[in-house]
Amino acid sequence: MASQTLAAPERAIENVNVKPATRAVTNPGQRGAQRRKLFKGLRSIIAILLALVWVFPVYWMISSSLLPTAVLESGTPRFFPWGGSLDNYEAVFEMGTFWPALRMSLTVTIIAVAACLLFAFLAALAISRYHFKGRTSFVLAVLFIQMLPAEGLFIAQYKMLASLNLINNALGLAGLYTASVIPFTVWMLRGFVAGVPADLEESAMVDGCTRTQAFFRITFPLLAPGLVASGVYAFLQAWNEFTVALVIMQSEEARTLPLWLRAFVQASASRATDWGQVMAASTLVAVPVIIFFLLVQGRMTSGLVAGAVKG
Amino acid sequence: MSSIAAPPLAQKKRKFHIAPYMLILPAIIVLLAALAYPVGWQIITSFQEYGLKQQFGQPPEWVGGANYVKIFTDPQIWAVILRSIAFCLVNAALTVIIGVALAVLMNSIVKGARLVLQVGLLLAWAMPVVAAMTVWLWLFNWYSGVINWVLGPAFANHNWLEDPISFYAVATIIVVWMSVPFVAFSVYAGLTQVSGEVLEAAQLDGANGWQRFTQIILPLIRPVLMIVLLLQIIWDLRVFTQIQMLQDAGADYNSTDLLGTFIYRTGAGSANYGMAAAMSVFVLVLTIVLSAPYVRSLLKEDNNG
Repeated sequence: MASQTLAAPERAIENVNVKPATRAVTNPGQRGAQRRKLFKGLRSIIAILLALVWVFPVYWMISSSLLPTAVLESGTPRFFPWGGSLDNYEAVFEMGTFWPALRMSLTVTIIAVAACLLFAFLAALAISRYHFKGRTSFVLAVLFIQMLPAEGLFIAQYKMLASLNLINNALGLAGLYTASVIPFTVWMLRGFVAGVPADLEESAMVDGCTRTQAFFRITFPLLAPGLVASGVYAFLQAWNEFTVALVIMQSEEARTLPLWLRAFVQASASRATDWGQVMAASTLVAVPVIIFFLLVQGRMTSGLVAGAVKG
Repeated sequence: MSSIAAPPLAQKKRKFHIAPYMLILPAIIVLLAALAYPVGWQIITSFQEYGLKQQFGQPPEWVGGANYVKIFTDPQIWAVILRSIAFCLVNAALTVIIGVALAVLMNSIVKGARLVLQVGLLLAWAMPVVAAMTVWLWLFNWYSGVINWVLGPAFANHNWLEDPISFYAVATIIVVWMSVPFVAFSVYAGLTQVSGEVLEAAQLDGANGWQRFTQIILPLIRPVLMIVLLLQIIWDLRVFTQIQMLQDAGADYNSTDLLGTFIYRTGAGSANYGMAAAMSVFVLVLTIVLSAPYVRSLLKEDNNG
């Protein structure tokens, strides 16, 4: 693997088609260096402008959440929340529907995260510590299952839960979430477990620990970061999920936060929407997610494309 | 690592181990109950007439492949499939092109600017889909959205969601905005592995920026690029929340449905489960076929990671 990446650049250089004329022009002199510096500066400015484009919707959500609807709908946007207040947030909190939705989201998410972490951790132990018959098939199944789209399953899942009387039930939805998050979590934890050498455990056993003791004293503490990262990943998935929840949680009392937020804007074709409150609600849903996301982002990216980046 | 860690235990005791099976059992039970059972139900139902009548107790009727024949002959369903494929390809291509451009940009600017760009992308990436959708609906709002205001009086009270083409344009902007950060960061991670010395040498030899990009950088980041493109295609094919919420805001369902929303409406809306199941099986098969190369690349990591 390493030899491949080392060999490639040389091959690539040979392929570069060098014209004698261009060689003469780019004679690295002081003017060239200055021009390069100028271009670097220009590119940096473009990058900052692009950053503003990407961040603008997030900024706009927070800024609008602080302004009264009268200002928001006056026809002239106010780009900075001068004279803002937390009134919209207060209105959202006082609305009867926010707290039940929050409670539902928390219930579903906590069940899903706990179940997923436990089951995925056990499975990750199995595939990284044992060579057993069927291991490859299990890994293969896990990898394919994580690609299955909710959109190709939700009707059947709805029918299944309906026959079990689990529609509008936190346990039913949490079960579906657990299953959909387990595959990627197993895959992520597998890397962490494999990173703790089995030798460590064995030397502890030589020193007189039982296997269980060795595991809980040596391996488990080393796995904590992996468990946290996987837990946060599962949290984000369950907290943000919309598609399956839309099908399963049909009654108003059973709404999770994303469904509640959607119901809020549904009337936006008419003038009935109070955008200040909608933005306050969105901010409330988004802020915990953004914080958690920033914690695990690096691991998630490398987990998804690890095979490709490492070559 | 795994190849070092796993064998010692296995080599010592060649006898049959029950432990690993006990360890994977809970995960397997959950996956079977929540995913395998529905898939099985779906395959069976896709060969049945299962509609409102069956909801009220009539046994479903076997219709052979009639539902599948309908997928490939009904012009309305064909339109949905073609639109989905077109939407998916356009979005995946745009996302990857813009993502690569941003990654290359990130790699060639001063540190401060790079940090600003990365923070901007991260914040957009971290937004929950539904929250992001409410903001975009507000931005594109017809009577007091910022976008109409910026575009001037000609666009006063312009409704972007009425016309299917502009509906998809709005959806594309949103999906690309959401997906670019992942591509940009993944490709940037690949780019940082391209050695600066090689690029400098090529530059001294007179290769211009474009030549350096196409002949040195591109071949080196090809594996990441292929994976990222594949993931985008798979993800954009199943786009649901964005389309559903744009439709909520006042668009005609029939002319804007993509696969996800169409299945939702066929199954949950019209209770035509036989047809919805056949469409779902179609989507699942398509996904599995598309996923194969991705899974292969992950397995490669499992073997030598």
